Amino acid sequence: MIDTNQPAPPGLEGPGFFATSMDKVVGLARKNSLWPLPFATSCCGIEFMATAASHYDIARFGSERPSFSPRQADLLMVMGTIAKKMGPVLRMTYEQMAEPRWVIAVGACASSGGIFDTYSVLQGIDRIIPVDVYVPGCPPRPEQIIEGLLKIQELAANETTRRRDTEEYKALLESYSIS
Amino acid sequence: MPFSNEEILGFVQTTIGEGLVHSSEPFDFLTIEVKPESLLHLVGSLKNHPQYQFTFMTDLCGVHLPEQKGKELGAVYLFHSWTTNTRIRVKTFAPIENPSIPSMTAHFNSANWMERETYDFYGINFTGHPNLVRILNVDDMDYFPMRKEYPLEDQVRRDKVDSMFGR
Amino acid sequence: MENQLVKNSALPDLFPTDKEAFANELTTLNLGPSHPATHGVFQNVLQMDGERIVSGVSTIGYIHRAFEKIAEHRPFYQITPLTDRLNYCSAPINNMGWHMTVEKLLGITVPKRAQYIRVIAMELARISDHLICNSILGLDAGAFSGFLYVFQEREKIYEIYEEICGSRLTTNMGRVGGMERDLNPKAIAKIKQFLIDFPAVWKEFGDLFNRNRIFMDRVINVGAISKEMAMDYGFTGPNLRAAGIDYDVRVMNPYSSYEDFQFDIPVGENGDTYDRFMVRNEEVWQSLRIIQQAIDNLPEGPYHADAPHYYLPEKEDVYTKMEALIYHFKIIMGEIDAPVGEVYHSVEGGNGELGFYLMSDGGRAPARLHFRRPCFIFYQAYAEMAKGMMLSDAILVLSSLNVIAGELDA
Repeated sequence: MIDTNQPAPPGLEGPGFFATSMDKVVGLARKNSLWPLPFATSCCGIEFMATAASHYDIARFGSERPSFSPRQADLLMVMGTIAKKMGPVLRMTYEQMAEPRWVIAVGACASSGGIFDTYSVLQGIDRIIPVDVYVPGCPPRPEQIIEGLLKIQELAANETTRRRDTEEYKALLESYSIS
Repeated sequence: MPFSNEEILGFVQTTIGEGLVHSSEPFDFLTIEVKPESLLHLVGSLKNHPQYQFTFMTDLCGVHLPEQKGKELGAVYLFHSWTTNTRIRVKTFAPIENPSIPSMTAHFNSANWMERETYDFYGINFTGHPNLVRILNVDDMDYFPMRKEYPLEDQVRRDKVDSMFGR
Repeated sequence: MENQLVKNSALPDLFPTDKEAFANELTTLNLGPSHPATHGVFQNVLQMDGERIVSGVSTIGYIHRAFEKIAEHRPFYQITPLTDRLNYCSAPINNMGWHMTVEKLLGITVPKRAQYIRVIAMELARISDHLICNSILGLDAGAFSGFLYVFQEREKIYEIYEEICGSRLTTNMGRVGGMERDLNPKAIAKIKQFLIDFPAVWKEFGDLFNRNRIFMDRVINVGAISKEMAMDYGFTGPNLRAAGIDYDVRVMNPYSSYEDFQFDIPVGENGDTYDRFMVRNEEVWQSLRIIQQAIDNLPEGPYHADAPHYYLPEKEDVYTKMEALIYHFKIIMGEIDAPVGEVYHSVEGGNGELGFYLMSDGGRAPARLHFRRPCFIFYQAYAEMAKGMMLSDAILVLSSLNVIAGELDA
């Protein structure tokens, strides 16, 4: 259930002022302006185009401007099968993104290789980059892609301002050999 | 009006004679098997023939038939004459030790990538091809994956239990 | 006085005195594989002289999923979901083409009603494919509204697919021997409503683009291809018809009752981007005509062939009758062998002649299955076509060719 009357984060309210913690404010701002990088490779890319079009419209969740340059994007949406030939390209795209960055694996192929259990397909993008949200489906309906986006919004709203400094995150990037 | 299979077959026999190894008509589709040496001459004659005009190459693919000793790897060509609506399938085979077939790029430019794909999958060497390198698989792959002896799945994986996935 | 900076040998020679050599340097530009303008993952490494392309090398295979190898390990009815993912913008055409190939091998005749339903699904898929191609061409030329407007109509086509088979994009529609279920009244009502509502929308889309001065200046005489070059490079489909040759598989080798329908084949003159756009535009009108005729003359009868060896029996029969139970078991567990033989069947896909070459050695799975993919064959010509063009024109030519990555790499 999407509540468009978003309540303010818990804080101290008074005439003419509102005090809350910095994390909450930054989280609120970040979650409502996630600019996606649509890394669309195959069929899920067409469902993304349907999601971005006017019927399902992800622009109302703040993803108004799809950025094709990784340096200007917040959210890497990997949609479609990633073959082993494409793996280094995806990795290069992820490494160019600036913090804070999140990754959605849309579709069965991006999550785990999907129906293509073959020698040429990467069995899930989490073999090369860390993934925050997996959206299963082949292809997932636009409503499911939007739900994946909402889960990323929850993550963005509730984590610390500088996730990149936490020990857990650093260990995660170490395990992927991303400097 | 499409020409009859008998007529085309007769023309093929007069053109390449001994080069014709076998002919059949599965589902009324004339299919001939020729020796690699006679391939280009036959296709050129079919293409430039004033009545038949097989000026379009529909398809080119490879096959691996391990039970045919000495002729395991083959290339299958489909030609189509748009003016007379006649189709013909031409096959040619080569041994697996050193498979070598003349390149169809001499007659049709569309054979370029199709032969690269066949080389990528089966390892057939098309002599006379301008740029015979891999096209679909990664460049440093050292085997030809569509050959029957190689498995479908990636062997370097630890997370799928083969018995549960029916392999 | 000499410039001390230039004389200093430790610095690179930034301003060579030989202006000729400097002027003839070419820039290498890497277009893709992840790029907003390429619809799908393929890469073009272009040598540019300023803004003009001198030569290019296309590399593909970034989404190679080894369909042909997978097909050698799957029974015939499990290959249908693979065919969905070839040209995923018009999945029903691929599905039906595959079913017709297997029916040719097995010698099954499909009843008229099922053939008409297949024609309706295939023409809707063709409309859906051309809608994407033309609106994305507009998007690349800078016109965003056409894309949004047209995708609303594609949602209606998706709703019709959902009524027929349950799925939106990768449809897995139909079965070997016919369709899996009959067209329910809601599906027929939705198709009829689509035929009433859509022509006004498509006319409006045409009014936005067809005689639009800005659009016409961008696409006329851009990427022209001659008839001889098109035939030589294996073009089929709208790209070939834009060049002036009226080859359409539906007319040359009719399948699935296409000979019952009246429709024209739009043919262009110059083979440039504008002609490809207009041919697809007109093909949508012709597809609407075919769907209208099919839904008006939909014959009564069974929606699948009487082929108990290959078509799953009704569930009530499976639970009550012995033969149905045995057939059900044999079909699912793969105890029924196919005849030995080889067959080639082609359909008119959204991009051209989509062919299926099937060699069967009697087992459950094909011995060899090869997809004749139109995108793979005509994309070879792109590097030739792009020579001498400006970069922005080359992008539009790429969009107008309608290269779908799934069909390119398979």
